[in-house]
Amino acid sequence: MKKKDENISAMCKPAVGEAGRTGDWRDLRPIIDNSKCTPFVKKRAACYLCWLYCPEGIVKAGIPVEIDLDYCKGCGICAEECPSRAISMVREDKCND
Amino acid sequence: MTDARIITGNQAAALAARLCDVQVIAAYPITPQSQLAEMLSLYVESGQLRAEYVRVESEHSAMTVCISASTVGARVFTATSANGLLYMHEQLHWAAGSRLPIVMCCVNRGVGAPWSIFNDQQDSLAQRDTGWIQIYCRDNQEILDTVIQAYKIAETVYAPVMVCYDGFVLSHTMMPVVSPAQAAVRKFLPPYKPHTILDSENPMTINSVLLPNRRPDSEGVLCDGYMEMRCKLQTALDRTPETIREVSRQYAEAFGRDHGGMLWKYRTEDADVILTSMGSLAAEATVAADALREEGIKAGVVGIRVFRPFPKKDVIEAYRNAKAIILFEKSISYGYEGGLCSDLKAAFYGSGIHAAIHDHVAGLGGRDVKARELVEAVKSSLARIQAGERELVTTWLNCQTE
Repeated sequence: MKKKDENISAMCKPAVGEAGRTGDWRDLRPIIDNSKCTPFVKKRAACYLCWLYCPEGIVKAGIPVEIDLDYCKGCGICAEECPSRAISMVREDKCND
Repeated sequence: MTDARIITGNQAAALAARLCDVQVIAAYPITPQSQLAEMLSLYVESGQLRAEYVRVESEHSAMTVCISASTVGARVFTATSANGLLYMHEQLHWAAGSRLPIVMCCVNRGVGAPWSIFNDQQDSLAQRDTGWIQIYCRDNQEILDTVIQAYKIAETVYAPVMVCYDGFVLSHTMMPVVSPAQAAVRKFLPPYKPHTILDSENPMTINSVLLPNRRPDSEGVLCDGYMEMRCKLQTALDRTPETIREVSRQYAEAFGRDHGGMLWKYRTEDADVILTSMGSLAAEATVAADALREEGIKAGVVGIRVFRPFPKKDVIEAYRNAKAIILFEKSISYGYEGGLCSDLKAAFYGSGIHAAIHDHVAGLGGRDVKARELVEAVKSSLARIQAGERELVTTWLNCQTE
């Protein structure tokens, strides 16, 4: 038998995917142009404003910067905040996959 | 030695909260509750009560503070009246939905508009569907005892309790009240064990969005949907009458006073006509019942003590042999009738009770209700019942419209 939550009020543990794969809510996909992205160009940890501002916490502050599209809702805040204009928001139906 | 004092209803409530070792108090003053908030503030300031008194800018915030403090495991107390209670309304739902054993005194007062500071019970009656347990007191001793009982009830069933008493009629009237010893109250009321607690070692999100249907969480544990969670609250309240009766019994055993569990009865054994009300007006009805008996009318009183959960089983038993039921209510569901009247009639459905029921709205906005007025209303109702009018449109007692 499946384990059942016995709590008498609504509680959950913060975890990846707790609210389901929210990436499918997305209409616009953030596409990173690495030739403009500061950490990629300088080859060192720098800027990461996209990582700082992402309300979903799904930007990986690495080199290169990566966005977890399973959970990205496509809000576009990263594109708005990027000082190098390295991120563009592209309609999902125009993406090639 | 018995510790008897002459105190107001507000002082009795404050004393009870102190005896219960409440840990957090957040209250915003409003007439006629103000004295209660002031007393508690005094207790904290003078060191008689080791509690955190959180000053807030509104009743909405007062209840929010109580919810937060209760969530992290504190025993909390607040009190309000009338429009303050209405301002809290949203948070009342949050408190009950989070299953937090918060105890609040509602010092009953009429609701604006038009503006009134005087007593009726429209304020708490309007909170009927929030999921709070509601208990109505008839004198200052019962206020003190009920606040203590309320914590035990709330912390057993994990639902908040509203202890209601009439503004001015009780809140500002001095009566002899026996105070139980601190040690005895601590023995009766063990420390609060929270069903949930916020803990930085084990972080949880409380009251996040619940989707319409049940679904597994990220670890595969099947979690309730909104309906399942709400159904748990209803199931808990359905079982609460047993707890209330048991707590009343335990309290009587420990302190020698029993105010009735779900309701109380006065001279009902052979009564043909039963007067019914809630709070201080029900106490006044006992004087009217005595007067009616002197005139040869077999009258008794049933005082409804707990309005939610509704004492369905108890009322069916209490009114089993009544020929007529005369209700006096200090509130009305506008566009229909008194809320207690509707609930009583609904409880009788299928029970075989076919007593005539007359509903009188009385004492709104602090209008005094005298026992002799109750007597006249009962006699007038009985005459109309005799003439075949078994049910009538709610009448307004002592209300001149011409």
